Amino acid sequence: MKLSRLAAVAAAAMIAASPALADLNVPALNYRTGPYAPSGIPYADGFSDYMTLLNERDGGVGGERINVMECETAYNTQKGVECYEALKGENPLVFIPQSTGITYQLIPKASADGIPVHSMAYGRTSAVNGKVFEWVFIMPGTYWDAASMMVKYAMEQEGGSLEGKKIALVYHNSAYGKEPIRTLEELSKKHGYTLTQLAVDHPGQEQKSQWLQIRRERPDYVFMWGWGVMNSVAIQEAANIRFPMDKFIGVWWSGSEADVLPAGAGADGYKSITWHKPGADFPAYEQIKTLVHDKGKAAGDGTTIGEVGYNRGVYAAVIVTEAIKAAQEATGKSNITAADMRDAYETLTITAERWAEIGLPEFAQPLQASCADHGAPHMGAIQQWNASEKTWTLVSDFMTPDEEVVGPLIEEDSMAYAAENNITPRTCE
Amino acid sequence: MSAEFLYTIEVILNGLLTGVMYSLVALGFVLIFKASGIFNYSQGVMALFAALTLVGFQDGQVPFAELINAVLGTEIHGFGWEMPTILAILCALAVMLLFAILVERIILKHLVNQEPIILFMATIGLAYFLEGFGDLMWGSDIKALDLGLPQGGSFWIEDMTVSWAAEDSGFYGMYIDKLDLIAAGVAVALVVALTAFSQYTRIGRALRAVADDHQAALSVGISLRFIWVVTWAIAGFVALVAGSMWGAKSGVQFSLSLIALKALPVLMLGGFTSIPGAIVGGLIIGVGEKLFEFAIGPMVGGATENWFAYVLALIFLVFRPQGLFGDKIIERV
Amino acid sequence: MLYREAGDYKTSYVDDAQTFPIAFDRWRYYVVLVVAFAIIPVFISDYMAKSVMIPFLVFCIAAMGLNILTGYCGQVSLGTGGFMAVGAYASYKLMTAFPELNIFFVVLLSGGITAAVGALFGLPSLRIKGFYLAVATLAAQFFLVWLFNKVPWFFNYSATGQITAPPRSVFGVDVTGPEVPAWGAYLFCAVFVFLLAWLMRNLTRGRVGRQWMAIRDMDIAAEIIGVNPLRTKLSAFAVSSFYVGIAGALFFSVYLGAAEPTEAFGINQSFLVLFMIIIGGLGSIFGCFAGAAFMIMMPVLLKNLMVDGMGWPTTIATHFEFVIVGALIVAFLILEPHGLAQLWRLMKEKLRLWPFPH
Repeated sequence: MKLSRLAAVAAAAMIAASPALADLNVPALNYRTGPYAPSGIPYADGFSDYMTLLNERDGGVGGERINVMECETAYNTQKGVECYEALKGENPLVFIPQSTGITYQLIPKASADGIPVHSMAYGRTSAVNGKVFEWVFIMPGTYWDAASMMVKYAMEQEGGSLEGKKIALVYHNSAYGKEPIRTLEELSKKHGYTLTQLAVDHPGQEQKSQWLQIRRERPDYVFMWGWGVMNSVAIQEAANIRFPMDKFIGVWWSGSEADVLPAGAGADGYKSITWHKPGADFPAYEQIKTLVHDKGKAAGDGTTIGEVGYNRGVYAAVIVTEAIKAAQEATGKSNITAADMRDAYETLTITAERWAEIGLPEFAQPLQASCADHGAPHMGAIQQWNASEKTWTLVSDFMTPDEEVVGPLIEEDSMAYAAENNITPRTCE
Repeated sequence: MSAEFLYTIEVILNGLLTGVMYSLVALGFVLIFKASGIFNYSQGVMALFAALTLVGFQDGQVPFAELINAVLGTEIHGFGWEMPTILAILCALAVMLLFAILVERIILKHLVNQEPIILFMATIGLAYFLEGFGDLMWGSDIKALDLGLPQGGSFWIEDMTVSWAAEDSGFYGMYIDKLDLIAAGVAVALVVALTAFSQYTRIGRALRAVADDHQAALSVGISLRFIWVVTWAIAGFVALVAGSMWGAKSGVQFSLSLIALKALPVLMLGGFTSIPGAIVGGLIIGVGEKLFEFAIGPMVGGATENWFAYVLALIFLVFRPQGLFGDKIIERV
Repeated sequence: MLYREAGDYKTSYVDDAQTFPIAFDRWRYYVVLVVAFAIIPVFISDYMAKSVMIPFLVFCIAAMGLNILTGYCGQVSLGTGGFMAVGAYASYKLMTAFPELNIFFVVLLSGGITAAVGALFGLPSLRIKGFYLAVATLAAQFFLVWLFNKVPWFFNYSATGQITAPPRSVFGVDVTGPEVPAWGAYLFCAVFVFLLAWLMRNLTRGRVGRQWMAIRDMDIAAEIIGVNPLRTKLSAFAVSSFYVGIAGALFFSVYLGAAEPTEAFGINQSFLVLFMIIIGGLGSIFGCFAGAAFMIMMPVLLKNLMVDGMGWPTTIATHFEFVIVGALIVAFLILEPHGLAQLWRLMKEKLRLWPFPH
């Protein structure tokens, strides 16, 4: 009796998950477990906490409550597919895949199903071209933007020229890690630096060879496209060989607390690029503390607030909710569809005033997306780690990438994709 | 001496030291395989679990905090005290001992006399279990492990060696990581202790008897079950050492369990049944992969270490199918 | 009553040698086929197809492949993930180089290419045995994945090395690409599973299969009675890799649609397939299905039960998933070390005697 009931529950659960609600459904493909959990936990906390704040404070967006549908992927592509298939029937407004692998899966599928995909500064770089990738958005920028801005920053530090300098790129030997290579190569032709590429195989627990080589060649800068345990090991090894940490710059996914904390004092001075301000010094965060955490509604244990990952979760949540708001205003109804959401994403505007209005003044750069450009605002700044205070601080202004170099690369790669998959690029006036 | 030559020496030395780190992981495999013929797939996860437990005690984490909070709706995160490292190590050891006893009671007892592949499979089940259990117990966030061990290149060695090459040759002195040196010392101590233990103690002799011949050992009155508990406890201790050495480098989190993959070629090269084999195998693999990456790596795009370690071991195996120090495989019809 | 030999008289040798000698078994088999090919495709939902059935079918093929090598020929391999990658990349190259070629043949050809690669990596098996061989096949695993990551020719010089399957169809129905109907992809895989299972059954009870088993049971003895170890072992590696290559091609083109080698074909896949055949039962075709079902469906079932059914937080549910799957593996091994297939066999024996057990 008991067993059969259990089996019935299981069968029912297999066939259909919980019924669709009339809320605004936002899937969250989180990874709070698995090898990359240290990066995934603060993000998931930030995303859910901000959504809870809106629900608690304003009753959602435009009178509709937001329903965050969590699905655990453990950063695994297969589980990501399962999550997508399970959630796509529930009127999801937008998918935030949270993994390069899952993004690549979802780009064709979600485009066919008519659900926007927001790969926030990861995924397929050339998807920033809205002419080819109608349903994919990359706000706030691409890896190629990041590479270009990092070179720009290095150039500023060197007094305007990188002629004859050496830059080493330590990268995760995967699709993600290989992203910046082409951009950095193009830029090296333009600026006259030499580029050394050092691949680190997954998972990256052992990097002695790479760092011995860096020690021998003494590059002026080391850039890092690392992920997971590779980051903390690389930072530790850099400290070990006494590489000047202020010349060691990571991409935005190599610059969170989880990456620097294991190296302790050695990580002091390490830099990474980012697109938002670090820390928890914002009015909205005060509200999250009082309205969400103090009421026991925190998504995690409440200790991650203000971490880099957490702020990224908040950033993603802001983009989603602002797009929902824009869609509601454009369509005049509160219960919007995924297609409305896509249109809103494409015309999304968040001004500096708006950032202040939602309680996050100067949290990130104002942005204005367009039909052709799905990656606004393409701006980033460099942050630096202070190991004794355990805080990140911005040490540069927000920069823009070198469109001259990045633009043609994106055009080339997106057109190759269009040709391979028989897509006719649309025209954007 | 030319800088090129000195750098090659440096790569070799670092390869040797890295090899020792691999050996630390491989030792745990060898111990269990020798005593019970089990290829213990869960050794890597045991290292992770041991390190997690160590950090957990050190930082005063409440075990199963997340679960308790979810079920009871409470908000507990930590005891609020920090345990001295020595005490934490002892506590972690106690947990590993308990673990060994439970493994014997719950799993091995029922699987006596099964084929090796079945026992291997059981350890895979154990690995799954422990992976989930460890995360459930201590959370899946990354934890910094601070045992107070020194890290970083040794100035002393660097200064001493820098004068070996001409001044403008671009040689900056030899780089040797202090943590690696300590790990090497620990490994030596471990091997000496293990050898002494198995040579000069009663239990050690029993261990060797079991390793030689299960049935004969049983017939002279040695309790197999007790011996298995002892071996698993020792393997747990080795896992703790390996886990904390690697954890000190990278922080303690899930990926730590993957160090087992670096131990497999060592194991295969040295032979599954030999403790000196694990050490020598580690040294050969360490030097081999580092030299290959140094000399050939740049030509083929780097990141060769993972597969080259296996290919190197494979080449050795083609000539000696039982590994360098493994027991000779005698086949009879 | 259900499962009787009584009254089932065989009148020819062909009848006597058939795969399902018991009438009830035969009918059960036909029912399974009808359900698989006529009923499931009608009712299958996107979710069922994409998260349960297609991975299940794909891993059935991979498990069959590994079972040929490990279960029938006794050579333990941990290179499955690498060989799946060969199949996947072969299919990608074939699909993009010959857009007119039917996907069915692309998949078969990918299997053929993988078979050649597999036979090559099978060479060390002539010297190395047991767990040593298992670890040696890891060399293939790591090397192949590294190769597909490093040589741009394999991913058509794209910027990142991700490969994406272009849309292809069979009889006008898409089976790869974004617009695939659930039943189309399902049937495409099911046809392969059926054909390959049929092939495997007939291979393993024929001359080749007997040679494999002779090598498995004792290779020196087999050699003495005239089984050529070189040919036998390499043929096992080749056939096994053929299956695994097809699984890899389907895994990439039909199931995932896009892949990169490190993640999709990593060492985890190798272990996963090995778990399947051990849990299912070595040397059994039914075991491949049972093992694949267990390893693919169990986590999905547990997840749906714990997260959707009981509303647990996703993290705790995921951790418990590991704990439960691990505990179940151990429990199964303690109860029945020879896998689910042995349980099935025992059940059949019991049924035969029922209701008079003595």
